[in-house]
Amino acid sequence: MKQQFPKVSMRKIFRFVFSLIITSGMTAAYAQSTTDEIAKYRQMIADGNPSELYEDAGAELWKKPAGPKNATLEKCNLGLGPGVIQGAAAQLPKYFPDTNKVQDLESRLITCMSTLQGISAQEIIDAPFQKGLKKDMDALVAYIVTASKGQVIKVKAQHPKEKEAYALGNRAFYFQGGPMDFSCATCHGSDGKRIRLQDLPNLTTQAGAAAGWGSWPAYRVSSGQFWTMGLRLNDCYRQQRFPFPIYGSELLTAISMYMAVNANGGTMQTPGLKR
Amino acid sequence: MKTKIFLLLALLVGFSSGAFAQSSFDAKFQKMMSEGFRAEGIAGLDRIQQDETQKFCSNPKLINTKQGAVKAIELQKLNMASIVQPTDGKYIGDWKSGEAIAQSGRGATWTDKPDTVNGGGCYNCHEINKKEISYGNLGPSLWNYGKNRGYSQELITYTWNRIYNSKAYNLCSNMPRFGHSKLLTQEQMQDVMALLLDPQSPVNQ
Repeated sequence: MKQQFPKVSMRKIFRFVFSLIITSGMTAAYAQSTTDEIAKYRQMIADGNPSELYEDAGAELWKKPAGPKNATLEKCNLGLGPGVIQGAAAQLPKYFPDTNKVQDLESRLITCMSTLQGISAQEIIDAPFQKGLKKDMDALVAYIVTASKGQVIKVKAQHPKEKEAYALGNRAFYFQGGPMDFSCATCHGSDGKRIRLQDLPNLTTQAGAAAGWGSWPAYRVSSGQFWTMGLRLNDCYRQQRFPFPIYGSELLTAISMYMAVNANGGTMQTPGLKR
Repeated sequence: MKTKIFLLLALLVGFSSGAFAQSSFDAKFQKMMSEGFRAEGIAGLDRIQQDETQKFCSNPKLINTKQGAVKAIELQKLNMASIVQPTDGKYIGDWKSGEAIAQSGRGATWTDKPDTVNGGGCYNCHEINKKEISYGNLGPSLWNYGKNRGYSQELITYTWNRIYNSKAYNLCSNMPRFGHSKLLTQEQMQDVMALLLDPQSPVNQ
């Protein structure tokens, strides 16, 4: 599927390029203050997060007929009723009676794309990141999470299946494996930890989970890419030296449920802006 | 009498249904894990087949029980028994090469090739040479490691063992078992040893 990014004003591009030049000059500065520099950089482009390009593309895709059924996604129910986008990402993952499953944003979008538009779910799952149907997914995710920016995270494990997903996610969080014996908890299980200069949120606490869960999906400056939570978790597992976690799997939803419930009451700062 | 039997029965049913719930949860978890991953490149599904140490350390509740403490000592002994001392009797290699190994965080991911040379990734978690200011803090600072501790044979053997298999001393240590899990070669470990224990190493200035 081809996807056209809408035109962006020259002013916006200028502002973005200008801020990039400024920051690249900063890399010579002491690495110790890297975190501060990133914070400054964030501030500089706060009203010009490049995620906007993805968001605009997602808004178009949402209402554009597509797939074998030539239908739009406008009837997609993300948990607040068909077509409701505002605040939807802030209350996911949750249990959906129609699929009898707990679903996060990405697995729910797979359901909508396959049921409403007739697109093959397997094709979405198998597509490489940033390409083809996954590229469409990136845009849709950016569009939907932006509509929850500033909203309170409201994810509670109430339905038995939600409680189960949380418990499974909790156990997966502590599951050690691979040649380095790592689990998620190795790096994200206590306060004030860093890898090199990268701060690691403690995802077992409310504050840490809110900071972590609440700021992904995000635009990554280092790679110049928008990363969904699916890709964020995929790269965590890669660095844990695990095998490849399957996109849209119950595993990734359970891990997401664990983080989101821990983050309950925090604020959605999506799309985030990262190093 | 009847009430006693009834209570006993109720207790038994209660116990077994609890155990049943636990084993059904275990089964669900196993299913989720086995369906949640696929092999990619050098990262095969054998990587989620846990050994006894990984299994034990994945259960933070068990670790803090009396029974857990006993099991931990038993598993620590197993890890200790698997340590191999350097076959050529040499403990201290080249600290310059050791520094490069400590800097590199490469290797063992599914985007690495089978012949990618692994790094130790030491700076990811430790301060080592103070000149490198980009260091992590999951592990303790190793600045002046040999200078502060003396260069005794005892310390040298301990350090070798700790790099080879950190779990021999602290079962649920966050540090990878570099020798045990074949992450580093014997020569690479000798070089990392030199970075920490050669009096000439910048770490000991």
